Amino acid sequence: MNVKKIVNFIMFGLTGLCTLLTVGILFFILAYMAWRGASSLSWSFFTQLPAPVGETGGGMANAIVGSGKVLLLATIIGIPIGFLGGVYLNEYAGPTMSFVIRYATDLLNGVPSIVIGIVVWGLVVHPMGHYSAFAGGIALGIMMIPISVRSTEEFLHAVPSSLREAAVALGASKWKAIVTVVIPAAMRGIITGTMLDFARVAGETAPLLFTALGNSFWSSGYNQPTATLPAMIFTYAISAYDDWHRQAWAAGFVLLALVLTINIVARLVVSRGIEMPRGNA
Amino acid sequence: MSSEPLWNTARNAEQQKQRSPQYAVRPSFRPAVEQQSSAQIERKTAPAAKLSASNINFYYGSFQALHDISLDFATNRITALIGPSGCGKSTLLRSLNRMHETIRGARLQGTIRMDNEDILQHDVNVLRRRVGMVFQKSNPFPKSIFENISFGLRVNGMARRKDIPGLVERSLRKAALWDEVKDKLFQSAYGLSGGQQQRLCIARALAVDPEVLLLDEPCSALDPIATARIEELLFQLKDQCTIVIVTHNMQQAARVAESTAFFLMGKLIEFNETKIIYTTPKNKETEDYITGRFG
Amino acid sequence: MTSSSIKARTLPAGRVGAFSRLASGDSVAYALTLLAAGTIFLITAIIFYELYAQSAIPRHKFGWLFLVTQIWDPVAGQFGALPFIYGTVVTSLVAMLIAVPQGIGSAIFLSELAPPRISDALTFMIELLAAVPSVLFGLIGFYVLVPILQANVVPVLRDTLGFLPIFQGAFYGVSYFSAGVVLSIMIVPFIISVSREVLMAVPREQREAALALGSTRWQTTWRVVFPFAFKGIMGSVFLALARALGETMAVTMVIGNTPQIKASLLAPGSTIAAVIANEFTEAVGDLYQGSLIELGLVLFTLTFIINGLARLLIMATRRGTPA
Repeated sequence: MNVKKIVNFIMFGLTGLCTLLTVGILFFILAYMAWRGASSLSWSFFTQLPAPVGETGGGMANAIVGSGKVLLLATIIGIPIGFLGGVYLNEYAGPTMSFVIRYATDLLNGVPSIVIGIVVWGLVVHPMGHYSAFAGGIALGIMMIPISVRSTEEFLHAVPSSLREAAVALGASKWKAIVTVVIPAAMRGIITGTMLDFARVAGETAPLLFTALGNSFWSSGYNQPTATLPAMIFTYAISAYDDWHRQAWAAGFVLLALVLTINIVARLVVSRGIEMPRGNA
Repeated sequence: MSSEPLWNTARNAEQQKQRSPQYAVRPSFRPAVEQQSSAQIERKTAPAAKLSASNINFYYGSFQALHDISLDFATNRITALIGPSGCGKSTLLRSLNRMHETIRGARLQGTIRMDNEDILQHDVNVLRRRVGMVFQKSNPFPKSIFENISFGLRVNGMARRKDIPGLVERSLRKAALWDEVKDKLFQSAYGLSGGQQQRLCIARALAVDPEVLLLDEPCSALDPIATARIEELLFQLKDQCTIVIVTHNMQQAARVAESTAFFLMGKLIEFNETKIIYTTPKNKETEDYITGRFG
Repeated sequence: MTSSSIKARTLPAGRVGAFSRLASGDSVAYALTLLAAGTIFLITAIIFYELYAQSAIPRHKFGWLFLVTQIWDPVAGQFGALPFIYGTVVTSLVAMLIAVPQGIGSAIFLSELAPPRISDALTFMIELLAAVPSVLFGLIGFYVLVPILQANVVPVLRDTLGFLPIFQGAFYGVSYFSAGVVLSIMIVPFIISVSREVLMAVPREQREAALALGSTRWQTTWRVVFPFAFKGIMGSVFLALARALGETMAVTMVIGNTPQIKASLLAPGSTIAAVIANEFTEAVGDLYQGSLIELGLVLFTLTFIINGLARLLIMATRRGTPA
């Protein structure tokens, strides 16, 4: 064996180790969270409100519902704007507008989530005078937009031009061609993108810190400070109480399970077999 | 065909030139014009030429693709457009149903009339229903066979829901495809072979009852047997509509068309009955092309 | 030939079905989608405006000195961004030093060496790592990583590299170092997935040319493939950097939240994102709040520049220009 071959072996071995390390970390996280978290899970976690500070017991029912409310509003705001924006970019925009909108979308995507929290605080919470799920939903909704635009645009772009031609040649107007042919053809990919978008925002904490804040009790409607799962995990984890730590792990496990499940389902199930036209037989 | 979006050429390398103002207007839906012309048709005798193009000049940006073309397409006959690659025959074909308007920078000068009516003043979507098109590479929608055929009917509001299955069957029979697909109407169109997919596209175009059928090298990607079936189909169809076919294959033009137009570098060199073009062409370029001196 | 259920060759004025009557919907569709796109633009503009406007008070009071003042004393009304800029830069640097070699190494393995199906499967898993919420990284970081660092890693570092000022001083667990390590785990998947794609996009012919000249696989990879993909890989590195700069939750939980500048990585510190997260809700007074918002503006500008560089690099790769 000469030097070249030894170096070859060593270097590739190192790269393999790097990969192993990364993948290993993933498995470690999963395993550890499952171990710490699952053992702390109980029915009360899902059904009870947090116990008063210092006392043991209680659950995170309000945080789960609160997360649900905030995410619902976020989806209602973020997905339509993102989707329609993506349609505009791919089907209607000329070169200048395309550049401008794409640039703005990339910019928005790069804004740190804490900064979005500050801005929404300034625009919604400050004038309203109180924290609310409404503000939280807006913050998360804004975060959902760029990803939605990008994935919509990507999958619309992947629909071959020949399909648009065929539809238009049959007398369909442009918008009808888009709605009846292009969007359905891209639908699978768009749904995948939406699911991944949702999963990403579901785990976001920073923007909620100054918008929805938190709540030890139920919050009715959208106009009150609301507990959310990620924020609760944060609050409990940095607290001084062991029982709260235990609950933080349980909540972390639930959150992780939710996020990973959506990711896996979106990528493996929905994404598979996106129909593309075959060549001639 | 690239996968660039049809109308968005933001990523296209082509220059975005201003469309000639005269033709940049989007015609709106004009029922009055339609009703009038249908009445007129009833009263007048059908003109000898279904479609006629006069003094067509066509530009892609600053490049002129067609030079002063004038041509008539006779009713219920098959006209073939032949010529080497890039001679403008497809460009002319696509302007007959105004598909060129989906390309930024494409500009048409001149007049095209159908039944003596200027197609540029006509509602474009209605025009495209009346003038159907079949493309070089078959492009069925990623839907079922049934949904592909019924697409035009639904989008144009041409039939009541309960009538659609019957009309789908009728189109498939016209395209000689019914027997092969009747048991799998609701399966994906992509399960069909290449030749079948192209016949499906023909059936889809026929479903909206077009008066003219434009075919852009429909058999270029097909084997000889599939090609023969489609040519046979065209013979049967010409009683019901006027057919214009662009073809690279001179033998096909000879087999199928009554009239042939020979194009070269954006100019119409010769237009006559197919027999005459092939046996006693009047221009040297025509003769050179026919005899294969250039491809 | 025409049946009774299809109208004669030209359509009557009234069409069958409401759907088809919406033929003039084209302008509506255009307006609607344009509105959505315009909203996106508007939101981005508003973000910038808000940050700028709401930080007016400290900007007028401190001016540019804000960026270089070391003191952060809410009680005395003295606000300086330096400790946080320092912390942000240092933690991100540590994260990059760890993540870049590991990320590029893994990307090389996945693109050049691993069989395609294994490569796909492993990449899938690594992309799942990217999906883990950051607060969970903080949780594990604080309760698992920090003790491990305390017990196993830092003593070793002290023994070997303890002469360096960056590894001196007391270690209480929460520190720049811990934050850097946690950050590195969080940004590695981004480096890997983008770099892997860029490496896989290098044309076969390039590899074949090198191999045909007698190079080993490694030599081919290192001398031909990697340089070709360099710009794109650098783009991914910048993207990861931008992510690290803005990361909040995981960092807050393991950095110690002490606004100070210390040479040692083992000391606790703070970053821009961390201090905002910690103090914003408690901040009383316009100056205090404004200063935190101004910090947000600094962070926004920083990530804006880095993202811009990243995009330039990635675009240069897409156009097919090798390094």
